[in-house]
Amino acid sequence: MNIPSSILTLIAGVVMTLVSLWYGQNHGLLPIAASNDAGDVDQLFNFMMTIATGLFLLVEGVLVYSVIKFRRQKGDTTDGPPIEGNVPLEIVWTAIPTVIVFILSIYSFEIYNRMGGLDPMAAGDSGPQMAHAHHHGQLVALNPDQQNIALGLGISPDSKQGVNPLEIKVNGIQYAWVFTYPETGVVSGEIHVPVDRPVALNMTAGDVIHAFWLPEFRIKQDVIPGRETKLVFTPNKIGQYPVVCAELCGAYHGGMKTQLYVQSEADYQAWIQENTFASNDEENQSVAMNPTPNTDAEFLAPYAADMGVNRDTLAQLKPAESK
Amino acid sequence: MSTTIERNAPIAPPEHDQHPQRKWQDYFGFSTDHKVIGIQYLVTAFFFYFIGGALAEVMRTELSTPAPDFVQPEFYNQLLTMHGTIMLFLWIIPAGAAFANYLIPLMIGAEDMAFPRLNAVAFWMIPPGGILLMSSFFNGAPQAGWTSYPPLSLVSGKSGEEIWILSILLLGTSSMFGAINFVTTILLMRMPDMDIHSMPLFCWSMLATSGLILIGTPVLGAALILLSFDLIAGTAFFNPAGGGDPIVYQHMFWFYSHPAVYIMILPFFGAISEILPVHARKPIFGYRAIAYSSLAISFLGLIVWAHHMFSSGTPGWLRMFFMATTMIIAVPTGIKVFSWCATIWGGKLSLNSAFIFAVGFLSSFLIGGLSGVMLASVPFDIHVHDTYFIVAHFHYVLFGGSVFGLFAAVYHWFPKMTGRMVNETLGQIHFVMTFIGFNITFLPMHQLGLQGMNRRIALYDPQFQTLNIVCTIGSYILALSSFPFIFNILWSLSKGQKAGRNPWRALTLEWQTASPPIIENFEEAPVLWAGPYDYGIDTESIDGNEDVEDMLAEVTAEG
Repeated sequence: MNIPSSILTLIAGVVMTLVSLWYGQNHGLLPIAASNDAGDVDQLFNFMMTIATGLFLLVEGVLVYSVIKFRRQKGDTTDGPPIEGNVPLEIVWTAIPTVIVFILSIYSFEIYNRMGGLDPMAAGDSGPQMAHAHHHGQLVALNPDQQNIALGLGISPDSKQGVNPLEIKVNGIQYAWVFTYPETGVVSGEIHVPVDRPVALNMTAGDVIHAFWLPEFRIKQDVIPGRETKLVFTPNKIGQYPVVCAELCGAYHGGMKTQLYVQSEADYQAWIQENTFASNDEENQSVAMNPTPNTDAEFLAPYAADMGVNRDTLAQLKPAESK
Repeated sequence: MSTTIERNAPIAPPEHDQHPQRKWQDYFGFSTDHKVIGIQYLVTAFFFYFIGGALAEVMRTELSTPAPDFVQPEFYNQLLTMHGTIMLFLWIIPAGAAFANYLIPLMIGAEDMAFPRLNAVAFWMIPPGGILLMSSFFNGAPQAGWTSYPPLSLVSGKSGEEIWILSILLLGTSSMFGAINFVTTILLMRMPDMDIHSMPLFCWSMLATSGLILIGTPVLGAALILLSFDLIAGTAFFNPAGGGDPIVYQHMFWFYSHPAVYIMILPFFGAISEILPVHARKPIFGYRAIAYSSLAISFLGLIVWAHHMFSSGTPGWLRMFFMATTMIIAVPTGIKVFSWCATIWGGKLSLNSAFIFAVGFLSSFLIGGLSGVMLASVPFDIHVHDTYFIVAHFHYVLFGGSVFGLFAAVYHWFPKMTGRMVNETLGQIHFVMTFIGFNITFLPMHQLGLQGMNRRIALYDPQFQTLNIVCTIGSYILALSSFPFIFNILWSLSKGQKAGRNPWRALTLEWQTASPPIIENFEEAPVLWAGPYDYGIDTESIDGNEDVEDMLAEVTAEG
């Protein structure tokens, strides 16, 4: 067998490592990151890209080298060496990927947790809303702020996201997004949020499944008729970002787009002022497909009121919990 | 190890003329010969491949501009649904079954499959299924994607959707019949001297594949039957408008359709394990590791389905569970890739069409595997789910993996199937065009997805146009690459150089009979005088020389 001298192998290994490390940080494949969580996801991607580049170079290198070096000479009909395996080597290449995926899993878990994916209020599934009356009496009693019982990304454990988030209702219909600001009654086809304040989206769909995707925030959550899902994020860069539907929802799926405007507090307030004249009509009710005109909030409002716990109480509790 | 089998039945003198020959009509009728059925599968699969490919070219042409100007968005959705369905259910799965049918009995020294008639029935369900599916174009083809998620699939064209369901039910049943046959044949009909660990690795991979088919397909069947009730009887199993749960459909769908990815790739893993050692003149590296990793992939493949639903209605803790299982599947897959690399390392490589396609398989599938590990990571998957990154990933797995493996298999076994060699120059042109076209088409899609281009859209943001034009150009090269292939096959069928019994000097049993094999496969009972991959044991470099001589002496004495 032709093994290149150990020096050459070493140099090749060093070069591959350096190239991987460099490319992992400089691939330039991702759009700008407009929240801290997005930055975390990018770090994770860069890490995976580094490992992937290394493995890519290693395997492709072996293939290219073999194809050049081990070509059969003309007229040579003999066989190669009868090597049927090498247990230590096989153990090594079983162990290394095992370790890599173990590290990746832990790292991903950590990032996911930091994004609020394991927030018990958000990570539980409420099931279809039709079943609420039977199933969730217990849960509702425990969590009066029941809008948090949903799928998706919730409040990040280490952040102040839980404090006074801007709640926005999102309704996905063919082929538009409708945003309702419960505090002010503003209804809009585009979404405006102030910078550096947590935004909590409570999302549902009026007809078919859609997916709410903010590429610059690296977050996506399917929006499902008859069920509420949630996304919590904190934009940290003023700008205009696309909102994309990422689940096939019909012929004009590609056109189901709008814009997210991250604005300074003053600009945001100005926009709210301009739009407050919009009526408080529940846009849900105009959608024929939706069997439950009551949202979670409306359905559960009487129960929640009886508990005597309001958002302020919770806000006081939240920071204490995170410590 | 080294024994011969005495055949009790009277042996006909080895004159080929005495055997009944296959007539061309046999290939159009209800034949129970596994070799005829194998070729029927393969030709049918290629027929649908070219249709599916044509649909893809229309889509790529549409995507060369951001506006939906070449086809209407509605028709675009029909194209993408039909492209996906045809390529998966009428191209790759039947093509895998083609090689399984053709090769398994030959490789294990059997005369035919365990249930020849069931085998023929399984094949003859495919043309009606395919024609039924194609007929939907006349009446509004399905347009909810090959995943057909409700409620969209319930509100976008009833007849097309129902035709889609019926056709998948037919094709799924056919696939199960095939799997029953493969398992039974492999387990019960091996020649007496072949224990399960001297069986060719292709048989191992078909064992793993068949297990997945038998466990997964019924669940898809159930989901589609319930979806059908929702569609035509107005029930609400999955329809939220009546209190149903669309997420349950997704779970049932992916319970089959993730394993289906392995149903589509494992047969070609097996084929690669056959092809590399022959053309590298070296034993397969780590036979047992490759064999068992097929089973491990098969088992793990059953418990990773919800990674297709990370951004769907999957609770956080479940996302973490499926992330872990999905990550682990990289380990057995890595074992295979490393073992294949080690197989060719230090060999004496013949760079013929079969081998270069096999190397092309390794290098492309690697990219699909690496992006697959990335996608297992939930926080990253949430960003790229349902984007062109996914499109790139699964085309690297299914085209870069399955289809390159499939072409390698076609070039490798063409001499066996037809008795003629292919034209190597045309084969190499085919490879170069396919490899270049494939990478130009699908590599830029990674970037498109990361940057924010969602999939299944006829109209897209103009900022993505440049890369999309690159992809479209690549897809045209890919389309053109079919012509040297078609020409090569047609030309070689009649004009190709005659192939002997064993043009590759391969050791597996299918090469011990004539090319093409006679009707019941072997002139006399085949002799298992070597393991399937014992290349190189007759060279000086091994210290077991005496063993070989003993073996040969024994064979001569007994024969």
